[in-house]
Amino acid sequence: MFAAAATETTSVGEPLLNIGIFAAFVAITLVVVLRASRNNKTAADYYAAGRSFTGPQNGTAIAGDYLSAASFLGICGAIAVNGYDGFLYSIGFLVAWLVALLFVAELMRNTGKFTMADVLSFRLKQRPVRLAAATTTLAVCFFYLLAQMAGAGGLVSLLLGIDQAVGQSIVVAVVGALMILYVLVGGMKGTTWVQIIKAALLIAGAFIMTVWVLAIYGFNLSTLLGAAAETGGEAVLSPGLQYDLTDLSRLDFVSLALALVLGTAGLPHVLMRFYTVPTAREARRSVVWAIWLIGVFYLFTLVLGYGAGALIGKDTILAAPGGVNSAAPLLAFELGGPLLLGLISAVAFATILAVVAGLTITAATSFAHDVYASVIKKGKAEPGTEVRVARITVVVIGIVAIIGGIGVQGQNVAFLVALAFAVAASANLPTILYSLYWKRFSTRGALWSMYGGLGSAVLLIVFSPVVSGAETSIFKDVDFALYPLSNPGIVSIPLGFLLGFLGTVTSRTLENPAVAAEMDVRSLTGYGAEEATKH
Amino acid sequence: MSNDAPGSATNDRVTDFEKAEASEPFQRLKKRHRSFVFPLGIAFLVWYFAYVLLADYAHEFMATPVFGNVNVGLLFGLGQFVTTFAITTWYVSFANRRLDPLADEIRSDLTSTGHASRSVR
Repeated sequence: MFAAAATETTSVGEPLLNIGIFAAFVAITLVVVLRASRNNKTAADYYAAGRSFTGPQNGTAIAGDYLSAASFLGICGAIAVNGYDGFLYSIGFLVAWLVALLFVAELMRNTGKFTMADVLSFRLKQRPVRLAAATTTLAVCFFYLLAQMAGAGGLVSLLLGIDQAVGQSIVVAVVGALMILYVLVGGMKGTTWVQIIKAALLIAGAFIMTVWVLAIYGFNLSTLLGAAAETGGEAVLSPGLQYDLTDLSRLDFVSLALALVLGTAGLPHVLMRFYTVPTAREARRSVVWAIWLIGVFYLFTLVLGYGAGALIGKDTILAAPGGVNSAAPLLAFELGGPLLLGLISAVAFATILAVVAGLTITAATSFAHDVYASVIKKGKAEPGTEVRVARITVVVIGIVAIIGGIGVQGQNVAFLVALAFAVAASANLPTILYSLYWKRFSTRGALWSMYGGLGSAVLLIVFSPVVSGAETSIFKDVDFALYPLSNPGIVSIPLGFLLGFLGTVTSRTLENPAVAAEMDVRSLTGYGAEEATKH
Repeated sequence: MSNDAPGSATNDRVTDFEKAEASEPFQRLKKRHRSFVFPLGIAFLVWYFAYVLLADYAHEFMATPVFGNVNVGLLFGLGQFVTTFAITTWYVSFANRRLDPLADEIRSDLTSTGHASRSVR
């Protein structure tokens, strides 16, 4: 969803002002993170913020974690340029939360401790299942992280007026270094506060702009739509502008929709947030808050997208550095001049910072808790070493993210976000649902489903037009695209579910029924669930 | 919370979970939960995919004007927001009224039946 950065032309607004506002955000959040980090003693503190956040706080943090720059800038831009089809995206991102609310959030909170693997390995064989779950967790986090870091570089050309590769690389490095600092010092508590502050700024900023745009059109949605249709053509009001090319592109959209709606409840950084609250009831309240905030935010983007289409126009947006992603910043400049643009730019950077922080702590926790403590040390890690390993992992992941973010500059990495959702839906969701709702589900089923879902999603992308054989491919000159769609979900998601089923019905060994009963009882009643730490 | 060892499953050997699972109140809770979330889950997924397929394959229908510049597609799209908010609210009120009291009851039974579990307050 992030178009590659255009590398020439001028930027709008005052780069210094933009940097100043962003610096103020960094300063404020650093103070908050430092204050929050005082009580980081145990693993539960570092990984799960002592389970001390309330539902509303955690719900706001979830919104902060979920509303990435791709959804803010990307969806506004998609609506401004392609009209209705951009709106379709946002609906998938929202409806997906019902899967998390109804099937996953509370039961996960009741049975797990820190990671997704805690739940999946509860009644299955610890080490292989943990290793598989950690693998898919790290894969999803890596794809998502790379997309965010590349986006940071792309944003720079528009927002800060830095358009050489060196300048962009420096900005990627600064974002990465700040993220390492936040996560290292603040742990989950600090990360959560960054996400809460960012969500509040983002939603407030979008709200102000929405009211402003609506005021221009006399608070009449129909008038706004009419204005957008006048500049962009009648077609922006109905579906088909972006996906109406061929039968294949239509099928591709179905494939994407499947991944969006089923992927969210399998995103490890979203799942991990459920452990930061004291009870399942608070986990439920978190999701409710998240749904309202995210839903209202996407309604704002509908107005902002059509507003940008009407007030700025598709051609100007596409010609600006940053392309589609520049719709929201250009609209901010049009409405409120350099100051509003500065605010929105700072919010966009804060967004990237908060999302990469959430991804990094999730990946580090999964590595330290699942791979190091359970698989390598077989559950006998010295007290304290696990968190130390997690901190080291944070630094390693941060450095990898910086190098990756610099490395993929100029590449179109938009597919990585869709791939992260597809892997989450194909490799994680089937195992999560089977573990929670199907007593017979076996270790073999879990392994087949996770590795099969991950492997098929990645392989399909490798053999898709995203990688080779088309104008927009990474390798334009060779063609090994055997799979015609750019989204693997329509194949890999059913495959993930099927493999989980087949693996289970073909395994001869029965899992321990006593532990299955324990998981059943605990998941629904919350008996014996991890409690908040007291300080 | 000094217990950082992974694998929470084996820590509690005292409580008879198989008995607890087979008990009438727990079976009632489980049935109540599943008979609410499964039909509702299927319903919203069907409604979402019906919408996606319409937007994907029935452009002319979705472009039918309803009033002003508002067309069927926009109303259906906004309808997805409305149903999402409505299902959220409905589930929360159901869980508060019908699931939580029963779950609390079973949990306090398990805690007080003498099987001192590891998470004593």
